[in-house]
Amino acid sequence: MKLITANFLTCAVKGCKASPASFPLHFRDAELELQELDFQPDFIRNIVPRIDWHALQIMANELGFPKILDKKPEGDELKDEQILKELHRLLLETHINEGKLTCGNCGHEYLIKEGIANFLLPSHLV
Amino acid sequence: MASSSSSSDQQSFVTEKPQEEAYEEKHVHEVYQQIASHFSSTRYKAWPVVKRFLTELTPGAIGLDVGCGNGKCLPVNQNVFIVASDRSENLARIAANHQPHSVIVADILNLPHPDSFFDFAISIAVIHHLSTPDRRIQAIREILRALKPATVEAPGGKVLLYVWALEQKTSRRGWDKGDQQDVMVPWVMTSNPPKNAPSDQPKVFHRYYHLYEANELERDITKAGGRVLESGYEKDNWWAIATR
Ligand SMILES: [Zn+2]
Repeated sequence: MKLITANFLTCAVKGCKASPASFPLHFRDAELELQELDFQPDFIRNIVPRIDWHALQIMANELGFPKILDKKPEGDELKDEQILKELHRLLLETHINEGKLTCGNCGHEYLIKEGIANFLLPSHLV
Repeated sequence: MASSSSSSDQQSFVTEKPQEEAYEEKHVHEVYQQIASHFSSTRYKAWPVVKRFLTELTPGAIGLDVGCGNGKCLPVNQNVFIVASDRSENLARIAANHQPHSVIVADILNLPHPDSFFDFAISIAVIHHLSTPDRRIQAIREILRALKPATVEAPGGKVLLYVWALEQKTSRRGWDKGDQQDVMVPWVMTSNPPKNAPSDQPKVFHRYYHLYEANELERDITKAGGRVLESGYEKDNWWAIATR
């Protein structure tokens, strides 16, 4: 699973969605892999405005990455190829192969197996 | 519940919901797990309406493909980012090969996505697999929930829904108006049987479908709290584009 995906995920439990603690989900025991992908500067430039920067900071920190920019890049910063390349690497090339995503509200753990996160709920949580 | 189901007239101790879930588990989800790779080899192109919807999106839009199957819609536009999901892990693994998108395993009735965020969604040939009117409406409501509501500056997120039509008398199946809408449709797996299958015997799997009649999709969208922007018929299917 690409790291960017977690920016668009929350707990599958209905009652959790209203709680700020359910976003972002938290990585546990994550096993990472770098999978190369063609660098498309326009793609990164276009999606950055839709990224929740605070959530990305939390996730990058939990995964042990060096600190990312304090503020979401905008304007001329989005023309800086170095910034775009770093974001490309972090968002699209960084994969979580194994591990868990846990909800900060209900504590439920979602397993990531061979790169695919599974959000099916046990019947008592539906 | 489908009239073809033997459980529809049974009174049991379990509540209605788990029973319907179990029904779909057996007659939809397990079948797709079994036929995943064969199914995938026969589904390789997005339909014209789907292609148009995805092609017209603004670059950088973030969206969902709910019930993505083998991911045949994912190659259409690589300038947007799609979080695709399917109930079948086997299909999700096949879909995961399409860049730059991402694929997860999730249930359409309990999507792990935040409220009011996404620019678009598609759900192609999916909600006809839910076995009661209530569950089909809930599924639409769940997708609408995740779409960005309209503001004064910008229109809201849009969803494209696509379902099998009852009215398809020129198709191989030949169903038409007035026919039974809840049906079991055989999937005959003729090539590439699993290694341990008896030789030369085609395996037949049955999937549950609710065949939509004219205007029914629009009605379900309205009941789910959505607003239909556009709708139509395309090669044995009804489709509609809706917003919140
Ligand atoms: Zn939760």
